Parts: sequence; C-alpha cells; structure tokens
Amino acid sequence: MKFTLGKFALPLYAVLTFIYLLIPIFYTFVFSFNDSLKTNLIWRGFTFDKWLNVCQREGVCQAFGNSIFIGLISTIFATALGTAIAIALVRYRFRFRSSVNLLLFLPMATPEVVLGAGLASQFFNLGVQKGTFTIILAHIMFCLSFVVVTVKARVASLDPALEEAGRDLYANPRQVFWKITFPLLLPGISAAALLSFALSFDDFIITNFNAGADMTFPRYVYTAAARGVPAEANVIGSAVFILAIVIVLATQINGEIKRRRLAKKA
Amino acid sequence: MAFAAFSSNVKVNAKPTKTGKVVIALLAPGLAYLGAFFLTPLIALIMVSLSVPDPAGGYAEYVPALEFANYAYVVSEYFPHIMRSFGYALIATVLALIISYPLAYFIGVKARPWPLLQKLMLTLVIAPFFISFLLRTLAWKQMFSNESWIVSSLQQIGFLASDQYVVGTPFMVIFGLTYNFIPFMTLPLYTSLERLDIRYLEAGSDLYASPAKVFRKVTFPLSLPGVISGTLLTFIPIAGDYINASGDFLGSPETAMMGNTIEANYLNINDYPSASALSVLLMGVILLLVTFYVKRSGTEDLL
Repeated sequence: MKFTLGKFALPLYAVLTFIYLLIPIFYTFVFSFNDSLKTNLIWRGFTFDKWLNVCQREGVCQAFGNSIFIGLISTIFATALGTAIAIALVRYRFRFRSSVNLLLFLPMATPEVVLGAGLASQFFNLGVQKGTFTIILAHIMFCLSFVVVTVKARVASLDPALEEAGRDLYANPRQVFWKITFPLLLPGISAAALLSFALSFDDFIITNFNAGADMTFPRYVYTAAARGVPAEANVIGSAVFILAIVIVLATQINGEIKRRRLAKKA
Repeated sequence: MAFAAFSSNVKVNAKPTKTGKVVIALLAPGLAYLGAFFLTPLIALIMVSLSVPDPAGGYAEYVPALEFANYAYVVSEYFPHIMRSFGYALIATVLALIISYPLAYFIGVKARPWPLLQKLMLTLVIAPFFISFLLRTLAWKQMFSNESWIVSSLQQIGFLASDQYVVGTPFMVIFGLTYNFIPFMTLPLYTSLERLDIRYLEAGSDLYASPAKVFRKVTFPLSLPGVISGTLLTFIPIAGDYINASGDFLGSPETAMMGNTIEANYLNINDYPSASALSVLLMGVILLLVTFYVKRSGTEDLL
C-alpha cells in the first residue's frame, strides 16, 4: 500500500472544499448582523436589531409564515401518498410495475421550469386562480417521488418475518400495520417528511410559475433582489439554517448513542 | 441522508405478495395525483406550444392549433440561449464532478474507520441546502460585486482590466451553477464509493499497478453508478436553472439561459406558445440525453 496521496493532500483538500461550501452561509450569517438600511450591500456596523425586530420589515415574516404553511400541508399529503406507493412497490407484485417506476422517475428528471410552466398552463386552461392553493398542489406533486425513493429504502430493509409473527399471534391486518409496520418504517417516513418539507420550503422556480400574487420566502428574496435584499431576509435564512443543522446533528448524535448502547449489550 | 437513496439499488428482500385490492388502494391515490398534476400538465404544455394567437382575441389570447412553426421560431430566435443552457450545464457538471470526486473519495473510503466523522462531513456537504438557494447565490454576488475587495485586488494585480468585472460574465454564472449543485454530485458519488471494496484496490497495487492505473482501471469503473446518477442529478437542474444566470443574481442579458427566456415569455410578456415550445424542447433534449446516457452506461435501475 502506498497511497501517500491520501495522507495529507486529501484531508487538506476536504477541508478547503468544506470552507468553499460554507463561505456563502457564513457571509449570509454575518450580514444578518449588519446595521444596514434598506439594502444590505456594505458593512455598516454590528447590531442585533434585525434579529430582534425581524418582522418590522414589511412582508418578510408574512412570506416566511406562508412558506411554513405551504411546507407543512404539502409534506403531509406528499408523505402519505408517497409512503403508500413505496410499500406497494416493495411488498407487492403487480403488472405495470416498470411503468409505475417510470412515472415516479420522470418528475425528478424533469427540469423545474418545465414542471412549473406545465402546471401553470393547466391552471390557465382550467381557469384556476393561482395562489397559495395552487402552490400547495404543485409542491405535493414534486415532493411525492422523493418521498417514494426515501421510504422505499426503508421498506426494503424491513424483515417481513416480524409482520408474520404479528399475524401468527392473531393480530388483524390493521393492528399489524399500526403496531409493527408503521413504527418500523417511522425513521424512513420522518426522513422523507423532512426532505419533503425542505424541498417545499426552498422551492422557487415551480412556485414562481404558480403563485399568482401570493408570496413565499424564496419569492420574497427574488423580488427583493432587484432593489436589494434587506438584512431581515438574512436573519430568517440564518435562523432556518441553524434550526436545520441542530435537527440533523441531534438525530445523528441520538443514532450514535443508540448504536453504542446496542454494541454494549452485545 | 435521504439524498443518498438516489443512487442506491434497493434490493427487495421480501418475497413480494400477490397483487390485489390492497395494491390498488396503495397505488391509486398517488398515481392519480401524478396523472392529474404531472402528466396532464405536460400534455397541456404540448398543446399550448402548438397554439396560435386568437385572431379575434386581444393580447395574450391563444387558440388551439397545430402550429409546428412555433418550434422553428423559438429555435432560431433563442438559439444562443439554448446553446448556453446545455453548454453551461456541461461545463458546470464536469467541474462539479472534478471538485466532488476527491471529496467523496475521502469521505467514503479514507474516512471509513471513523463513522462519526463521515456523518459529520456528509452533514457539511448538504449544509448549503439548509440555507435558501437564493440567499447563497446572492452572497456570492455580493462577494464578487464590482465594489468588493476581491474584484479590486484582481484588478490591481492585473488579472482584470480596470473596467472589467466578474458579475454578469459567463464565468460567474458557471461558478454559481457549479457551487449550487455540488452536493447533488457528491452524495451519489459518496454512496457508490462507500460500498467500494478496498481489497480490489489492494489487489491492483499488489499486481504492480501504479496508483493512477488503479484509479483508472478499478476505482473509477466501480464508482460509475455514482458518477452516472451524480451527473444526471446535476446536469438536469442546471440546464433548466434561471436563478444563477438572471441579471438580478450572477448573470446579465448576455448569459441568459433557456430558463430565463421561458420565465420571461411566460410571466412577463405572456407569449405562452413560445415559452411552452422552449419547455417541451428542453424536456425533450434532456429525456433523449438521459435515455442515451443510461442505456450506454447500463444502469437502468436508477429509481
């Protein structure tokens, strides 16, 4: 073995790449403390003001609240529909299986502009007024396939013997599902729900085509970009980032603790 | 992470049960939803792309027709945009692959003895996803803005002329596209490399292959599924992106891509047929590329 390259060059490279990946996040965070006026281009001094009075800036909090609402509703529907499909795909044999797979793969392989423009054309043809409702319809659509992919992996790793044991002990199908299958699938389902919420919350392109006059947080930033995005947007972005990182790290640490405890027992 | 699922080949370890009412109950709602909000919109899009202005109607009113000339029109009118879309996407995808590969190799192969470190590094890879896509792009714009110290020092050392700037150039747009889509490349690469059996590499070097040869003949071919899903997951969204190339972000009118013209035609000047024809074209080319690419590389089991 003489992979000397991996000794120092690779770790150094990894560190540099991480710095590169994190620079814009760091920048956004720092400029959320900028004592700026309407725009947030030049550093004018440190202040906690923007964090303490985020909602003072017109429209920011409304857009943020709307994004949360859209994210929650779309996540609930996409997760429910997607989980059912994932279970069917792994557990059952049926004809047209490859067509179903294709139908699920296509939305992920379609550029967002196409999905957005297509849905907008349909709403236009049907005379549907665009707004929060149409945004939710759009988000459920593009989150669905991602839910299926995520939950499918979990269903596949589930041992069917556990469910058989339940049936042998005279549990009815409903009891088997709610007492055995569902709890075991829960980590996969919650991962899918988180992913789905993140996708919905950060989506701009599809949303922009189907929003009408309604605002979401990304739309707010996009519209503001022409005249300068206020520091309050950085506050929201940074707060969401910190929250997401905390959730992910907490899940990881929790998993690690469980793993160690299991290893000790064994 | 969930993203890792993209390139995993899910193995069905359960014996599939027979088809029945349950399957229909499980599949029908979701598939019906996709039918109503994914398939029919695509058909609507194709229909609108072939429509013509309503002779009796006013501004932005169109009637169904079979006007294939719409396609010829958009290809000749927006040829530079089409070329830019696929050109930028190609360059940014290759750059993302070059940047991501060593990183994914380090996380997936070298860091194997430390699973906690692996997880931590994966979190760092997807960290950009946790901050708004638009905010991170704006951050780059401001760092490279005309008044920034980066640009003024580049001008001082003579790398840029005193009236030359970075924002608005193809360089900046490709830079932004590469940055924004690196995680989509790194994660599938990682999933492939993580499963790579190191004994193959050892066998290669035991048989006196140089490290470069081991990489070319063993490591890279074995990581090919990851390379394929990574390049697809990066190329497709980049080709349709219009944030980075937008004049309010990293681009200028000279860097406008297909997405920008679709947005402008659809939302600003209400030329729905042109916008739809461009969308259908974009989707068609991407589907062709995907089919060709997937067939050639023999990994048809992407989902």
